[in-house]
Amino acid sequence: MSPRPGTKLLDVAGGTGDIAFRFLNYVRSQSDFNSLTALQTSTEQGVDINEDENSQVSGRSRDCHVTVCDINQSMLEVGMNRATQSGITSGISWLKGNAECLPIEDNSFDVYTIAFGIRNCTHIDKVVEEAYRVLRPGGRFMCLEFSHVSNPLLRSVYDEYSFQVIPVLGQILAADWDSYQYLVESIRQFQNQEDFKRIIRTCGFRAVTYENLTFGVVAIHSGFKL
Amino acid sequence: MASVCVKKSLSYVKYLKFRRILKLNCFSSTSFGVRLHSTSQIGSVTEEDGATQRGQYRGHRPTTPLQKTLLTLGSAAMAILHPDRGDMIATLGDVTAETALKQIKQKMESDPIGQQILRDQPVISTSTISIDYLGSLGDNTFGKEYWRFLTKHGFSPDARLPVHYVDDPELVYVMLRYRQCHDLFHTVLGMRPNMLGECVVKWVEAIQLGLPMCAMGALVGPIRLMPKHRQNYLTTYLPWALRNGQNGKFLMNVYFEREWERDLADLRQELGLEPPPEEPYPR
Repeated sequence: MSPRPGTKLLDVAGGTGDIAFRFLNYVRSQSDFNSLTALQTSTEQGVDINEDENSQVSGRSRDCHVTVCDINQSMLEVGMNRATQSGITSGISWLKGNAECLPIEDNSFDVYTIAFGIRNCTHIDKVVEEAYRVLRPGGRFMCLEFSHVSNPLLRSVYDEYSFQVIPVLGQILAADWDSYQYLVESIRQFQNQEDFKRIIRTCGFRAVTYENLTFGVVAIHSGFKL
Repeated sequence: MASVCVKKSLSYVKYLKFRRILKLNCFSSTSFGVRLHSTSQIGSVTEEDGATQRGQYRGHRPTTPLQKTLLTLGSAAMAILHPDRGDMIATLGDVTAETALKQIKQKMESDPIGQQILRDQPVISTSTISIDYLGSLGDNTFGKEYWRFLTKHGFSPDARLPVHYVDDPELVYVMLRYRQCHDLFHTVLGMRPNMLGECVVKWVEAIQLGLPMCAMGALVGPIRLMPKHRQNYLTTYLPWALRNGQNGKFLMNVYFEREWERDLADLRQELGLEPPPEEPYPR
């Protein structure tokens, strides 16, 4: 994503805060890095750096904001607890809402992310349409999701592992067979990389690309509102 | 714009693969309403919580031989490391029980009382038996002793886990009956639900019922005994358990629900059980 200072991020179905915290840590470390290098170069050059300028740079980074949206209040509460425990008190807000019908105005965000959430939505096309609506022109849609493995040999290994082993592990470690059975089945029911790319294009996004991770077990789709 | 995910179905090749892996007769989606091509004789049944029934009975989770192996090993290991995971004992029991359950069912079918139990399929729960009624019975009765067992340890007869991994629907009730009667075995044998008591009851169950999970529990459980209990176990309890297992009447053929008001010593004698080395709940 490489967020620049002042980015407003909407993270959907991200109740537990994984993406949000990484985003905030990244922008804050960027601003620290920037002020540190600015200080270094100015000391080397013997120039007195204006303190206001310095705080402006980091201040713009502090303008970075992430709104975490999730349909499930319990997930949001987990995220809120984790934020408090990590000492993150600013730059983040929590919103309960349905990805198919976001309680957000048009054109309000720079980046929209949804990580391992879209698979669980009933109407994927509606979710992508909503993403298009709430993004500003130039905004970026990014989706991280399980996808399809194209290599037949790897796919058969992956399928066997998914159906034979994962529910068993779910039962033994988490006493929850059913959730993990649902997980492996929902992965297969979801669109493959090309079909999902087509949906994103149909909803209006341009420069739609995807990147496979681990041979297609997971894919990151990206599109711009142009 | 029509929702793509509702219309789309899996390719037939993928569907065949699903069927082969899961060895199901019928296949429907989970809770999100997408219908796949289904070739079922059974048809799909919606369970109370909205999920679709996948196997032969409510709660059935069909498993392949590989899954059964993994479940056996995994649940056995987890049960040893965390004996409080009752669901692991139940899983281990389910997965390994098929042969033993058939034999138990045969023994029940060849006994008049066993036949009645199989026909009535009684269920022990708070809706079929009143805890207060049990508490009102005389001091030496079987029902009162069971009441002591429940109340001293905060147990409820409702807290029995459902059967998931037994594949034959005819055997599901037998497994369920065994799970329900486990607490009654504790009572009639006079064993508390501590590690020592559980090992003893498992020995009796292993000898009488032949369930692999009971045998495993009986052999491995004592490893976790405290040294002071271990001595007691080896000299007194184990021989007592072995005698009771061999000499006692087949406990699955006892219609416990009819014996609440029976004198406990009397009942033990009829069942060929020796009284316990010490009273579990001295008065």
